[in-house]
Amino acid sequence: MTDVTPSALGPVGSAARLSAMEARLKKRHRSEVWFKAQGLMAITVAMVFLVVLVGRIVGQGYTTFQTHTLSMPVYLNPERIDASDLEGVNYDYIVAEATMKKLGVQDDDLGTTSGKVMDLISRDFGFQLLNQLKADKSLIGKTVTVTGPFKADADLYFKGQIKRSTAQEDRKLDDQQLDWLDQMKKDGSVKSGFNFAFFTNSDSTEPEQAGVLGAVVGSAMMLLITALIAVPVGVMAAVYLEEFAAKNRWTDVIEVNINNLAAVPSIVYGLLGLALFINWLHVPRSSPLVGGLVLALMALPTVIIATRSALKAVPPSIREAALGVGASKTQTVFHHVLPLAMPGVMTGAILSLAHALGETAPLLMIGMVSFVPGVPEGFTGAATVLPVQVFIWENASERAFHERTAGAIIVLLVFMIVMNAAAVILRRRFERRW
Amino acid sequence: MPPASPDDSVSAPKIKTAAPRSYAPAASSEIKIHAKDVNVFYGDKQALFDVNIDIPAKSVTAFIGPSGCGKSTFLRCINRMNDTIPTAKVSGVIEIDGQDVNLKSVDPVVLRSRVGMVFQKPNPFPKTIFENVAYGPRIHGLATGKAELEAIVESSLKKAGLWNEVADRLHQPGTGLSGGQQQRLVIARAIAVGPEVILMDEPCSALDPIATARIEELIDELRSQFCIVIVTHSMAQAARVSQKTAFFHLGKLVESGSTEDMFTNPRDTRTQDYITGRFG
Repeated sequence: MTDVTPSALGPVGSAARLSAMEARLKKRHRSEVWFKAQGLMAITVAMVFLVVLVGRIVGQGYTTFQTHTLSMPVYLNPERIDASDLEGVNYDYIVAEATMKKLGVQDDDLGTTSGKVMDLISRDFGFQLLNQLKADKSLIGKTVTVTGPFKADADLYFKGQIKRSTAQEDRKLDDQQLDWLDQMKKDGSVKSGFNFAFFTNSDSTEPEQAGVLGAVVGSAMMLLITALIAVPVGVMAAVYLEEFAAKNRWTDVIEVNINNLAAVPSIVYGLLGLALFINWLHVPRSSPLVGGLVLALMALPTVIIATRSALKAVPPSIREAALGVGASKTQTVFHHVLPLAMPGVMTGAILSLAHALGETAPLLMIGMVSFVPGVPEGFTGAATVLPVQVFIWENASERAFHERTAGAIIVLLVFMIVMNAAAVILRRRFERRW
Repeated sequence: MPPASPDDSVSAPKIKTAAPRSYAPAASSEIKIHAKDVNVFYGDKQALFDVNIDIPAKSVTAFIGPSGCGKSTFLRCINRMNDTIPTAKVSGVIEIDGQDVNLKSVDPVVLRSRVGMVFQKPNPFPKTIFENVAYGPRIHGLATGKAELEAIVESSLKKAGLWNEVADRLHQPGTGLSGGQQQRLVIARAIAVGPEVILMDEPCSALDPIATARIEELIDELRSQFCIVIVTHSMAQAARVSQKTAFFHLGKLVESGSTEDMFTNPRDTRTQDYITGRFG
């Protein structure tokens, strides 16, 4: 009966009262410990996923950055080279001849051996010969030493990704080809090294010659367009809405719409860009310009929202101080409020740009999913970007492209880490106390 | 007729409070600010009711009253800081030297260069001490050259009694100063624009007693050059620094008069209750 009413705990300081409080205190501590444990579990799960993701990508992709090259003397047989038509020469066969000579094998009438040899050596050798001859025709009839990559399958054998233990009909290279590769490795003409070509070449149909340069440059150009449009427009819009616009039903409607736009699936922006920029304004499709415009539309709401919250966080005392000495509204905003909000604005802008950098879906809509074997020729030229390059390579059938897919993802992740680090550094630098 | 009893002398002034308007004491010479029937609304809520007051030039006028009584609201009407609150509506007349500040033709930017303001919490800009003081003159174009600007900064800091403490670190952040120094820096910033009136909204409420004493001393020094209006929660402060006091209660100006009269001989019981600490 007595323990029904609150006063049943007894008078202040009584043992019953204290023990009741103690029991309650235990419960309170228990719930705190439980909450902390839940937090730790959540973080652990997140970390495990991150480690698995990054580990898998790096595990698959690190071999991209390693490559094997072959150095061998090539005899520029004058019988096969027509000095007046250097472009028309069958350099691949000249290279194959040199390789066969090196391996000590003879071609048969059907060209089976030369065909098999050509499966091992990259066509890059042929291009090198053409370039050397173009520069100096007197090389005809002489022997030059050429260093170049293997074909991707041969490279994969050296990296241990094609194994001799696999049944011959299940692999791209037969036993004889593997013997030849072993022979070349033994005589010391094969060197393993860093795959610079991956960073100096653009996309190619030959996996060993495919690189990310075009995609990196394309991404950078597109991001430049996005930043030049989304950041100034977004910041100005946010400043107007936050500092100048009257707070009424219209601004409420605008605010709700901006928040909604931030949640619209990105592919919808691609459709909008297709209709607006390509079909109506005739911006060249597949160009960094149209990609940048579409991503700017997509990044705009995020930049506006981030800027508005940064502006809101500036203490009103600073506004009053400026207004109090007779600064106009505009002077108050641009001399004091915006500079103080800058760290938040910068962080928001860079994070939304990093998001735009990784965007693929809207770019597929505006025709960026195409084979572009070079660095984009200006902002209106055809271009590809890193995430789309990943998408294209992932769809390629050749095995060596899978390695490169992971390699391109690593490059993309590094690009993003650099941008996010820049956001942190800028935030620290611009941060001022008040 | 019985001789006037002490009771009569107390009750007699009470009749005066029925009069709609109380007059500034004859002691103050010239009227700087004249307010007539000032009403302020925040949305539907009325914050001030028919405030009528004359504020003398070259003296300190203190607004006292319990929290939420409208004294800060009235202060912010004088330099139109209430313009920044979208829901605020001000009616009535506030004249400075006979000119109505609420006229459309009066630019609040110009008004605020004539009427400086010091806030409750010291709010220096997160810039250097020099930049804090130079900002006002710079935006109003008061200095024609660097030397002139430096002269303005120096004289303002001297007037605010801060020069000796900061002369060797003008280019260090103003936010690095102590609370009391920051408040004097803010006063220097207000002085630098060359105002005629300085409004102070509880300038010492965030300061320790020593810093408060320093600011009060400064206010007393500045009185010879400016018309100062100070809102304060401290009756002692009002008694120490002001020549005229106005008591606000529930949005109404209950009583105003010379500080000495207000504290020794209040006419309204509410004033008496407040200054003797019975409420508020």
